[in-house]
Amino acid sequence: MAIEENRNCGCGNNDDDNYMQTMTNNNNCEGNDEVRREMINQIKSYDFAINELALYLDTHPEDEKALCLHRRYCKEVKELKDKYQKVYGPLTINYPCNKWRWLEEPWPWERGNY
Amino acid sequence: MWTYNKTLQYPVNIKCTDPKLAKVIISQYGGPDGELAASLRYLSQRFGMPDQKSKAILNDIGTEELAHLEMVGSIVHQLTKGASIEEIEKAGLGEYYTDHGLDVYPASAAGVPFTAAYIACKGDPIANLQEDLAADEKDFKCNYEKNIECRNFWKLSIEK
Repeated sequence: MAIEENRNCGCGNNDDDNYMQTMTNNNNCEGNDEVRREMINQIKSYDFAINELALYLDTHPEDEKALCLHRRYCKEVKELKDKYQKVYGPLTINYPCNKWRWLEEPWPWERGNY
Repeated sequence: MWTYNKTLQYPVNIKCTDPKLAKVIISQYGGPDGELAASLRYLSQRFGMPDQKSKAILNDIGTEELAHLEMVGSIVHQLTKGASIEEIEKAGLGEYYTDHGLDVYPASAAGVPFTAAYIACKGDPIANLQEDLAADEKDFKCNYEKNIECRNFWKLSIEK
């Protein structure tokens, strides 16, 4: 996936430099939109699966298979969320940013990050 | 303590304004068997649970119900957004509009404001869990099926 970073951080203090800081604002063009849609769909699918596995594990904590799946999904979604947030802005207020990007995207009830 | 995730649990993207549908769906938000009642039921009962498993399951289900509440609120919001006063009046939402405009107010389909009387916390874990099972059954089996019946009856379109 070709993704350009758009974190808009100007201080150069980013913890990791895995992504180019191109500071572009072209996320709304067709191609990027499709990538974005696919990524957020994947993130939601992971989150849903993790949620349901957690509910199951609450009452079946000894189930190794469920535990293993839970561990795997948590790891995979973390990587995906890091990638997504670097480009499209924070999904939670726990994501550090030099510019307050929390306000930039529409809210979920307005079809933001859907 | 909770952290907000800036996504819906499942996407809500409604193409057609439809206040009439919103009038029945709002019961899932603030009605007797709605998501607000569900989340408060689980989250209030969890304090009195006797062991780790039951505390965890009520805590985590109650949390998920808040995500459901947000989805239902989004549905009501999108169904009513930009509706004309004529559409609102025709849908039977004139009285609602008088008090709440197009805000999403926790009330039942009949306009009864949300009340904590919809939930029970009985000081007894078994009684509480039975209440949860009954509430869930009412929510899913009755309300959602009735919503679908209404929707089919009106031949309305609500698209993903």
